[in-house]
Amino acid sequence: MLRKFRIILAAAFFTGVTLLFLDFTGALHSWLGWMAKVQLLPAILAVNVVTVAVLLLLTLLFGRIYCSVICPLGIMQDVVSWIHGRTKKKNRYRFTYSPAKKWLRYTLLVLFVVALFAGAHSIAVLIAPYSAYGRIAANLLAPVYRLGNNFFAWIAERAGSYAFYSVEVWIKSFTTFIIAVVTFVIIAVLAWKNGRTWCNTICPVGTFLGFFSRYSLFAPVIDKAKCTSCGLCSRQCKASCINPKEHEIDYSRCVVCMDCLESCREGAIHYAFRRKREEKASDTGRAVSNDGRRAFLTSAVIAGASTALKAQEMKVDGGLAEIARAEKPQRSAPIVPAGSISLKNFNDHCTSCQLCVSACPNNVLRPSSSLMTLMQPEMSYERGYCRPECTRCSEVCPAGAIRPISKEEKSSVQIGHAVIDLNLCVVNTDEVSCGNCSRHCPSGAISMVRRNPDQEATLMIPVVDEEKCIGCGACENLCPARPFTAIHVEGHEIHKEI
Amino acid sequence: MKQNKIDRREFLRTSARAGLVMGGLGILAGCRNKTAQAPVSSAGKGEMTYRTSPGSGDKVSILGYGCMRWPMIKNDDGQDVVDQETTNRLVDYAIEHGVNYFDTAPVYLQGQSETATGTALKRHPRNSYFIATKLSNFSNHSRENSIAMYRKSFENLQTDYIDYYLLHNISGMAAFKRRFVDNGVLDFLLEERKAGRIRNLGFSFHGNAEGWDELMQTHDLYHWDFVQIQLNYVDWKHASARATNAEYLQQELDKRGIPSIIMEPLLGGRLAKVPQHISDRLKERNPQGSVASWAFRFAGTPKGVLCVLSGMTYMEHLQDNVGTYSPLVPLNEDELAFLEETAELIRKYPTIPCNDCKYCMPCPYGIDIPAILLHYNKCVNAGEVAAKTTDEGYRKARRAYLVSYDRAVPKLRQADRCISCGICTGHCPQNIDIPKEIRKIDMYIENLRKETL
Repeated sequence: MLRKFRIILAAAFFTGVTLLFLDFTGALHSWLGWMAKVQLLPAILAVNVVTVAVLLLLTLLFGRIYCSVICPLGIMQDVVSWIHGRTKKKNRYRFTYSPAKKWLRYTLLVLFVVALFAGAHSIAVLIAPYSAYGRIAANLLAPVYRLGNNFFAWIAERAGSYAFYSVEVWIKSFTTFIIAVVTFVIIAVLAWKNGRTWCNTICPVGTFLGFFSRYSLFAPVIDKAKCTSCGLCSRQCKASCINPKEHEIDYSRCVVCMDCLESCREGAIHYAFRRKREEKASDTGRAVSNDGRRAFLTSAVIAGASTALKAQEMKVDGGLAEIARAEKPQRSAPIVPAGSISLKNFNDHCTSCQLCVSACPNNVLRPSSSLMTLMQPEMSYERGYCRPECTRCSEVCPAGAIRPISKEEKSSVQIGHAVIDLNLCVVNTDEVSCGNCSRHCPSGAISMVRRNPDQEATLMIPVVDEEKCIGCGACENLCPARPFTAIHVEGHEIHKEI
Repeated sequence: MKQNKIDRREFLRTSARAGLVMGGLGILAGCRNKTAQAPVSSAGKGEMTYRTSPGSGDKVSILGYGCMRWPMIKNDDGQDVVDQETTNRLVDYAIEHGVNYFDTAPVYLQGQSETATGTALKRHPRNSYFIATKLSNFSNHSRENSIAMYRKSFENLQTDYIDYYLLHNISGMAAFKRRFVDNGVLDFLLEERKAGRIRNLGFSFHGNAEGWDELMQTHDLYHWDFVQIQLNYVDWKHASARATNAEYLQQELDKRGIPSIIMEPLLGGRLAKVPQHISDRLKERNPQGSVASWAFRFAGTPKGVLCVLSGMTYMEHLQDNVGTYSPLVPLNEDELAFLEETAELIRKYPTIPCNDCKYCMPCPYGIDIPAILLHYNKCVNAGEVAAKTTDEGYRKARRAYLVSYDRAVPKLRQADRCISCGICTGHCPQNIDIPKEIRKIDMYIENLRKETL
């Protein structure tokens, strides 16, 4: 019963959190956004005292329920482990008790905390569970989900329906993608072989919660009088924490999955109030193998054929000129979204979970590839720009790296400023009138002035009022100059209100 | 957007009035049908109507094939090329059903039209059809280049004479002099006419009345055998500001006994794809006939019209048009008045007069101009253009516009990428201020995105 309850809750959480990474419409976040915000590490970094206190209290009362129900990486491992168990009956009993590898656990926890305080977040987040799962969901699952969506959009287009629209699918950072693949492979292999090895030897959140779950009020307890030391519970314990010989359970590693309760044929294990050490009414334990059914739907892949037509040499009717992709400019400082307050605040809080990267509808946010901020999001405007009506990243950030901000506030926060290189401007290279940057500037920071002030009739060139510019990148994105745009945005270390 | 609102209100008022009138006409029409003719049911079963060219005596089919919209497919390199096989079938069907006039130009279909048309026609006896092509010396009007272009047409069309040769797209005297007189090209062409390699010499016209009058005065000097004009039931009395009413053009040609070839009888398809209530109005009057058939009957009705061109991509359109003209049942006075009312209703719709001729393309900055304009028109006709966030159905219209926009035009070719350089404007035969229209659409989309309508 308890086990079923745990599975249902876990499935709900896992689905919810995963959907947060998959949904690109922004509709789900208002309903399920809290599921990301109750993750422990983001809550700690966001100094979300209430959430952290509730999570610790939960652990003190019931053990590491967090790891079994709330943590998406934990549930992902359960899924992998369960699949292995389904392959052969023998595989369901493949676990054995092993003593805790305390040295490794504590060393990693200490290193993790040191890295966080030293500002080396890019190293810390490699083993942070929520960040690791976010990486996997955003880099491996989201593209598949989007391709599936694009398939439906393709059908919808033919059916004349507007129910689906297609979205761009692209690898936002090659480095991050590779790290996500490696993370998934390592964790999946560990889970396939030995269940929760990752959670009980490497995961810093697991070790940290272990300090509290050790003293939890409720826990699975073995009734020594009934126990026949058959070891069945131990062989089904994916946390490898039941020592059948000693009739002991290592509560610092137990994730209260309740599997052991139903595995015991003698009904000797109960989830009970530990301090009393009394026996409650002895129900007959039932060994019911529970069929959790989960279907993973993979959708067909539609290769978006891009059409590239060559420009005509002679002027004939029709055809499309080829458009070169804009190259990413060198920026002296990275650009981070409005609501980040400063680069420092952003770096101190960001857990690199990729939630904002998945949520960004304008293809602006992508994981950084530079060493110190590896995998932390940064903005760039080759594929889109930070639209004035969008504040989605600030809504989804669970860690306080991007604080909630309204559209109105955002329109007056300077996250960077535009810099013009007139040598690249099409007014000078092609001798045509343009002004596209000026026309699309939402803050009116770009005006067009005469190229030659002595002449009345002369082409107009753009100039930027740095004080008015908010760094949204509309100008950079819509600049026709190629391969480098004639106008680009430099990020600001400290965001300021104008 | 304020403009839009007024348009709509005015429009509703007008259409209510028109509705009353229409109701009355409907009854009249009903009576007439019983007693007199049943125009459309008899159409399509007889023979193609032919008109005789006064100069050469050519018997030309009233339906002419416009060869600027042959079906296209992608080749192995992903480029758009003419689907020759389907084109051949269209040509075969057309000739079989009496069509004998084929109008092409060196610049059509990215330069592929002449060759494709020539290839398809070559399979039929040369005396069973007339070929029309043009001197499209827009970008380079030097004598050498113009004559080279003329000679290339013979090669592409695989023929040693051209039945109807046009000076392509003349807007007025200035362009006429620059492109044909000053460089001596016209003298050369007059010689070619004498030699019989050009059987009929004429020009195609897009411009204002002033330019037209001046060009008409050159008739005494050059003896134009025919002139190609834009004529349809909207342009008859309501041509755009920088064009000339077709009624006037046709009247001037009749005065001089010059036969006319009609282009844009459907306004680039816009008179076939009309808003629902206009389509209902036409269908009510003639449930069997297509919406397009009204426009074709209108274009063929004036006696001075030699041939009505239609750029037919699909077999269904060809069959429909052949039906309408086999034989042509000219419009009577009542029907003409009815179409004039319809024209006024259509004019109330703030669509952009783009005919998808693609003369503006390729845009050097990669914008897909016709796609943006046509998508806008489509949404206007479908009533999917919202005027205010408080409008009923605003949400639906917003989603429909934005989603269908991304489907119709790739992101990098959308309106916000237009730099307003104005290079396209000179190419537009409809004289659309393209950058202005694109900016207007861009602004509308921006307002939709920001929800600040």
